[in-house]
Amino acid sequence: MPRVTFTANLRRLVDCPAAEVAGATVGEALEAVFTRTPQLRGYIVDDQGALRRHVVVFVGGEAVRDRVRLTDAVAPDAEIAVMQALSGG
Amino acid sequence: MDTLLVGTRKGLFTLRGNEVARVSFLGTAVTAVLQRNGAIYAAVGHGHFGAKLHRSMDEGETWQEVAAPKWPEKPADIDDRSPTTGAPVPWSLNQMWVFEADPREPQALWCGTIPGGLFHSTNGGDSWRLLRPLWDKPERRQWFGGGYDFPGIHSICVDPRDPRRVLVGVSCGGAWQTDNGGESWSVASRGMFAAYMPPEKAEDPVIQDPHRIVRCAGAPDVFWAQHHNGVFRSIDGAQSWQEVKINPSSFGFAVAVHPRDPDTAWFVPAIKDELRVPVEGALVVTRTRNGGKSFETLRSGLPQRHAYHLIYRHGLEVAPDGQTLAMGSTTGTLWLSRDAGESWTALSRDLPPVYCVRFGGAA
Repeated sequence: MPRVTFTANLRRLVDCPAAEVAGATVGEALEAVFTRTPQLRGYIVDDQGALRRHVVVFVGGEAVRDRVRLTDAVAPDAEIAVMQALSGG
Repeated sequence: MDTLLVGTRKGLFTLRGNEVARVSFLGTAVTAVLQRNGAIYAAVGHGHFGAKLHRSMDEGETWQEVAAPKWPEKPADIDDRSPTTGAPVPWSLNQMWVFEADPREPQALWCGTIPGGLFHSTNGGDSWRLLRPLWDKPERRQWFGGGYDFPGIHSICVDPRDPRRVLVGVSCGGAWQTDNGGESWSVASRGMFAAYMPPEKAEDPVIQDPHRIVRCAGAPDVFWAQHHNGVFRSIDGAQSWQEVKINPSSFGFAVAVHPRDPDTAWFVPAIKDELRVPVEGALVVTRTRNGGKSFETLRSGLPQRHAYHLIYRHGLEVAPDGQTLAMGSTTGTLWLSRDAGESWTALSRDLPPVYCVRFGGAA
């Protein structure tokens, strides 16, 4: 099953250890994560379900293309990494 | 003053007895705060991970994340775009900007947000409802952002005589008023004018930029507005507004009105919109006690040389006693006055940039 990991900056706010979840797309895999940890949803996607502007999801090291409907395919052994853009001051 | 809550760019600071007694959410923006009915509500802005609402039932010792206002699903056939930039208006919470109590129920709250949503909760933030009649008004599509990419509701003025009567202030979208708890809304910013618009649009009430609007609790037909282009007052329940000129400047963000005397109000002027620092590097508070006929310039205790503080729209508040005021600046200084602004004492000069100050136990 795909494995989803989360940036340490997010783990500081919500308890979200790496998880192996079912799913053939990024959206399905994340939905499985949100079912386990409902609080996590609003930290990763916005009110309409699109990726937050400053959140980046990588599948096998490549940033996903469809940030709105999350339809990028994930292989059964994929590594999905939920990261954040760098910014601040 | 029992408790003063100070939301900053990097945390929530709780002062008791003029000392910082507690620091919450250190490192994270706190954009709005309210203490009401035994609960403290803190709007926490995580930047990357969005805006979250936290509630404390034990004076800030522990916090629980509760529901943040959330937009309903955006219909696919709606082309909702900023009239100035053409960018799609996100039907998604960016920032909680202000909380106010709804006196109809002990757990009832209003929340104004960016983009310009007005939300209501009947259960202390466990769930929220978007006021669709305001969001769906065709004129809402004319609102635009001022300082932010999208417009926002920063002022919610409840009429204590009838809490179904509510006025909201929008940057940039004027003022709107309901007399039925939000079922219908009418524009309430006639008389304001916008020098940042072409002449034919300058008096359009729908695109005005009131930076902050406050209502006198003891005389609820009187409002004061610190607008992008000056100070305005209404004495007829926001049916009309009249400009009030102030020296040394009428530009600023914050305004406070005395809770019982509608003729007494405080402002913190900056030079002008393209130069947002105090006049001649001297921070002052201006106060009227005669309904705007004249203003006093109050300086005692405030820095008068090379002082470049700006007071944001929620950075000035008067306590229910009408004598105690708190003020926090972008430079991280927090002042308190116990004599209606005659003199000020710096409680700290070293905080992060201050977004909002709020007396505990209010409302």
